[in-house]
Amino acid sequence: MNMDLLIWLIPLPPLLAFAAIVLFTNRSKALSHSLAIGAAGLSWLASMVVFFTAVGREELAKHPLGVDLKVNWLPLGDGAFKIGVQVDPLSAVILFFVAWTVLMIFVYSVGYHNFGQPAGDHDKPGLPPHGATVKVKGHGHQVPSVEPMYSRFFAMISLFAFGMFLLVVTDNLLTLYMAWEIMGLCSYLLIGFWYAKPSARDAAVKAFLTTRVGDMFMLLGMAALYKMTGTLNYQEILANPTVLEMLASQAAPVLGLSWAGLIGILIFMGTVGKSAQFPLHVWLPDAMEGPTPVSAMIHAATMVSAGVYLSIRFFPLISAGWDGGGALTPAMMTLAVVGAVTALFAATIAVAQNDIKRVLAYSTISQLGYMIAALGVGAYVAAAFHLVTHAFFKALLFLGSGSVIHGMEHGVLHTHQHIDPQDMQHMGGLRKKMPVTFWTFLAGGLALSGFPLVTAGFWSKDEILSGAFNGGHVWVFVILALAALLTAFYTARQITLTFLGQARSEAAEHASESRAVMTAPLVVLAFFAITAGWVGIPKAFPGLGGLVPNWFEEFVGEMLLVHGEAAHHSLVPLITSLVVALGGLALGWWVYRDVRAGQKDPLQKPLGPVYTLLQNKYYFDELYGATVVRFSRWVSEVFTDRWLDRGVIDGILHGIAAAGLWLGGVLRNGFDLPVINRFLGDTVVAGGTRKLGAETSKIQTGRLQQYMLMGLAVVLAASAIIYFFFVMA
Amino acid sequence: MDLLTNHLLTLILFTPVVGAVVLLFLPAKNIRVLRWAALAASLVPFGLALGLWARFDPSAEGFQFVEMMPWYPAIQSSYHLGVDGISLMMVLLTVVLTPLAVLASFTVTERVKAYMFLFLLLETGMLGVFLSLDLLLFFVFWEVGLVPMYFLIAQWGGTRRNYAALKFILYTMGGSLGLLLATQMIGVVAGTFDLTELFQIWPALNSGTLLGLPMATVKAVAFWAFVIAFAIKVPVWPFHTWLPDAHTEAPTAGSMILAGVLLKLGAYGFLRLVLPLYPLESKLFAGWLAALGALAIIFGALGAFGQKDFKRLVAYSSINHMGFVVLGIAAAAAAVGSQDAVIALNGAVLQMVTHGLSAAGMFFLVGVIYERTHTRDLTEFGGLFAQMPVYGGVLLFTAMGSLGLPGLAGFVSEFLVVRGAWPVFTLATALSMIGLFFTGAYILKALKMVLHGPLNERWKGKLPEMSLREGIVIAPLMVLMLILGVWPAWALDVINRTVSMISLAMSLWF
Repeated sequence: MNMDLLIWLIPLPPLLAFAAIVLFTNRSKALSHSLAIGAAGLSWLASMVVFFTAVGREELAKHPLGVDLKVNWLPLGDGAFKIGVQVDPLSAVILFFVAWTVLMIFVYSVGYHNFGQPAGDHDKPGLPPHGATVKVKGHGHQVPSVEPMYSRFFAMISLFAFGMFLLVVTDNLLTLYMAWEIMGLCSYLLIGFWYAKPSARDAAVKAFLTTRVGDMFMLLGMAALYKMTGTLNYQEILANPTVLEMLASQAAPVLGLSWAGLIGILIFMGTVGKSAQFPLHVWLPDAMEGPTPVSAMIHAATMVSAGVYLSIRFFPLISAGWDGGGALTPAMMTLAVVGAVTALFAATIAVAQNDIKRVLAYSTISQLGYMIAALGVGAYVAAAFHLVTHAFFKALLFLGSGSVIHGMEHGVLHTHQHIDPQDMQHMGGLRKKMPVTFWTFLAGGLALSGFPLVTAGFWSKDEILSGAFNGGHVWVFVILALAALLTAFYTARQITLTFLGQARSEAAEHASESRAVMTAPLVVLAFFAITAGWVGIPKAFPGLGGLVPNWFEEFVGEMLLVHGEAAHHSLVPLITSLVVALGGLALGWWVYRDVRAGQKDPLQKPLGPVYTLLQNKYYFDELYGATVVRFSRWVSEVFTDRWLDRGVIDGILHGIAAAGLWLGGVLRNGFDLPVINRFLGDTVVAGGTRKLGAETSKIQTGRLQQYMLMGLAVVLAASAIIYFFFVMA
Repeated sequence: MDLLTNHLLTLILFTPVVGAVVLLFLPAKNIRVLRWAALAASLVPFGLALGLWARFDPSAEGFQFVEMMPWYPAIQSSYHLGVDGISLMMVLLTVVLTPLAVLASFTVTERVKAYMFLFLLLETGMLGVFLSLDLLLFFVFWEVGLVPMYFLIAQWGGTRRNYAALKFILYTMGGSLGLLLATQMIGVVAGTFDLTELFQIWPALNSGTLLGLPMATVKAVAFWAFVIAFAIKVPVWPFHTWLPDAHTEAPTAGSMILAGVLLKLGAYGFLRLVLPLYPLESKLFAGWLAALGALAIIFGALGAFGQKDFKRLVAYSSINHMGFVVLGIAAAAAAVGSQDAVIALNGAVLQMVTHGLSAAGMFFLVGVIYERTHTRDLTEFGGLFAQMPVYGGVLLFTAMGSLGLPGLAGFVSEFLVVRGAWPVFTLATALSMIGLFFTGAYILKALKMVLHGPLNERWKGKLPEMSLREGIVIAPLMVLMLILGVWPAWALDVINRTVSMISLAMSLWF
């Protein structure tokens, strides 16, 4: 099959599935999920074909796949804006993990939404299912019930997948932006999937609007880039040294930046929103209001990965003017600062969260910060590598946490205990109840912590740390190392609290392992969470380096026009990365190994107010609520509506109207009535006529002789006048 | 057949009036017959306009399907019609929206005959503006469109209909006075009302006097009279406050047409008259227009976000969206002749079309929910998605179209305007992003308060799902939004050629 066409077709099946489910099959749950999974499978298949074709190509970065088939999308002036597809090394590796994670999440969702279970007793569309009663041998007992909006869910995640596939295969920023926004819509719809829950509804709005802040900057960046270069095509801008040089050398009107710097920062603002970087991170933790497969979609397969992908994609622009060493460009500096701050800041919050998904949410923010910081210091390949490995293990962790929650819900239904099934304080000892979930979650957790050698996370994180260290950016290195320590710590805390020790609630005692349709995807993802790192073992790594080729570096590194200085591999980052990973894990296990039911968090006492601060996420929600949200409401409801429109503008209009009425009144009362009506009307016209009539009526005496006499007088007078004026003259 | 081809525009223009006259002879009691007759009458120009579109040659220069007959020979005014890419798009928008609005009006039960009569009359008025190539004819149709809308609001409107109708007609009439004055000044000075001739002579005219006034003054007065008349109609901030009132009080179909087509008359005036007749003045004052456009985008969005009345919120969204049209026109005036100008003009014209679709759709959907609940107060809804899932999906779709979600129509046009305006008015474009952000905020606010959250128990089981008729009204709008969003080239190609020619013609004066 024609490769160009095949790449065009990758995003299509999920879109068709979305349309078909919405329009036709939404009444049939089985048909709907078959369509969605079938479509995801087709896209997966096409992606794999494209991926392996791409891997086999020489000089793929210079000659990406798919570039020969373009269409004129917008006729403008004499030319047209063309859109097309391309698969280069970067998009190929992204495509690989997107296809896998999407397919796994789709399959998992069947079990997560309790397909095959009875409809709930009191379930309503818009609320999570509450369970159904089934009669077994005469007495009823509670079992999980199927999601009432099952088909809708599969429609929406299909659209979501379409957005991500489109974003990956497109060859220009405009279509990327379109896919980007479509994903924004999907995240809104899916975070607010249980729309009748006020918390889910608000989280959905928050996600859409927070990311939209970044998108507005990105839109400007896109306009500027289009203006400066006359195109938005990746190859024509990012693989073109002349264009990059032009952008780097011309000054933009803002802050003394070059155009490359300004556009780079504007586009990066899109990433800040989409990938939940500080200070726009607030939406991502709330995003777990959606069903857990959605969290996995957002946190791994699609949304936040798209943000980082954008920054990686535009790295040539962001780093334009950087020679591979020495001072960072302003745009790179921005990335380094934002990324490093985010990485540490989010990791500290994760330490004090008790909701199993919330811990993961903050860990995502932190890990994304890692990638951004890596890009900021020029560790391009490391950032891309961590993006890939993170996608696998974070999808795994979220799906695993969903499986845990499912098991806990089972226990809650069984025991009628009223506890929050997501709260890790009520868990414990799930290792034995849910073995598959435990072992896969452990694999994901260790990968997240960077457990040495066997996990994927270790290799990618190590790359980032050594990139920061070897590039001479010690402050970035220190911050990231600290964040890595915290990461290992809270991961160990999470695993210990959830799976180890004794059950801390009745529900946890009666938890049960999830169905195979849920655990099988966990196993697949666990495989990648372990192995995905082995394709990128650095050559200089002591002992292992060079045994297997550093394929990832060679493949993706080809994208770079300017290569960083050859990594003279120092042992400092390696040792640091070993110490923080193992130390953090050990410490986390040691502190939380023996937490009892009802016991407070062991850190609460020693940390004191700091713990409260962390638990409340540095009060960012409250801060934004008190400032941005309140100000927006005031400026719209009071300033614009009440003061400006109804007060000033309508006031002026009503003033003019009142002046018109007043003038009319004055004219009527001061002129019409006295002058026209009374003086002219009553006095002159009417009065005069009446008077004339009264005067002349006196001569109407009724005597005939008098009339004859008057007639004679008139005739004589008239004759005299005629004679004098006409005859004489 | 020749008659049809040679007088296609006249046929499109006057079939609604013929239909209206026919309605007069139908029995007033038989509401069904009246409705269907009105629908049939509004479908005739639709069919004819499709034929027009099929025969329209996008690559030809100037106006096509031109008709010219003496009208007032004494003052050199003639019955002169013609279409180019811009007017073709506007005509298509009008003939699509009118039947849908008539169909949406099937719930009107009072004085149906008069209602439908006025509606058809309104259609002719609007079409006349888009088709006229004679300044006086333009003015006449401009006024013809005004009167039926006044009666539609005042007779079939909501509780504050008298205030709203009066505000609407006085405000627009105020603008029309200037328009009439300017039209007469131009006619007397130039000795013709014919636009194709005026395009050639008027911008260059700088000698002679009128009633002792120097030519420069005459031109300045006429320019500002045009600008103000059209600015009121668009409406450009701060001339906008008639719009929320008129929209809110107008009957559903009235709002659809008001937002869908009537607002476009103002923007069309800028494109058809102000830019070609005053290229120099337009460039000189473009900065002010851009500033007002940006303010309309920002304060339109903020105003919408501040509303509690669903319909008022949608009304403010029109101000917000039309701000992009204004910004695009301003950018085109300032950067005359450049690629930026062409892109901005493309965006502005496309935005006129896309806003026509999404705003009409939104007003219709507000009407659908109003007919069921008899309230427009957002705080009284909540959780209706579960009650009316189809309506919910349709509302989501249309609202996203209005928000400018990529893949639906609004995005392309807004992007083009932003792209075109960015190099010309960088600050105004950057600031208008605040408005674009709040576009998201108010759309989501409306969706949140209507569809999401716990169900307001008051409506439980009381809200029937959208009917087939309602579905037929909204479906074409949704399909068009989707098609324009996914594949805008078919419309943009027509628009692009015309705006390129306009931009080129303007640049020749410099």
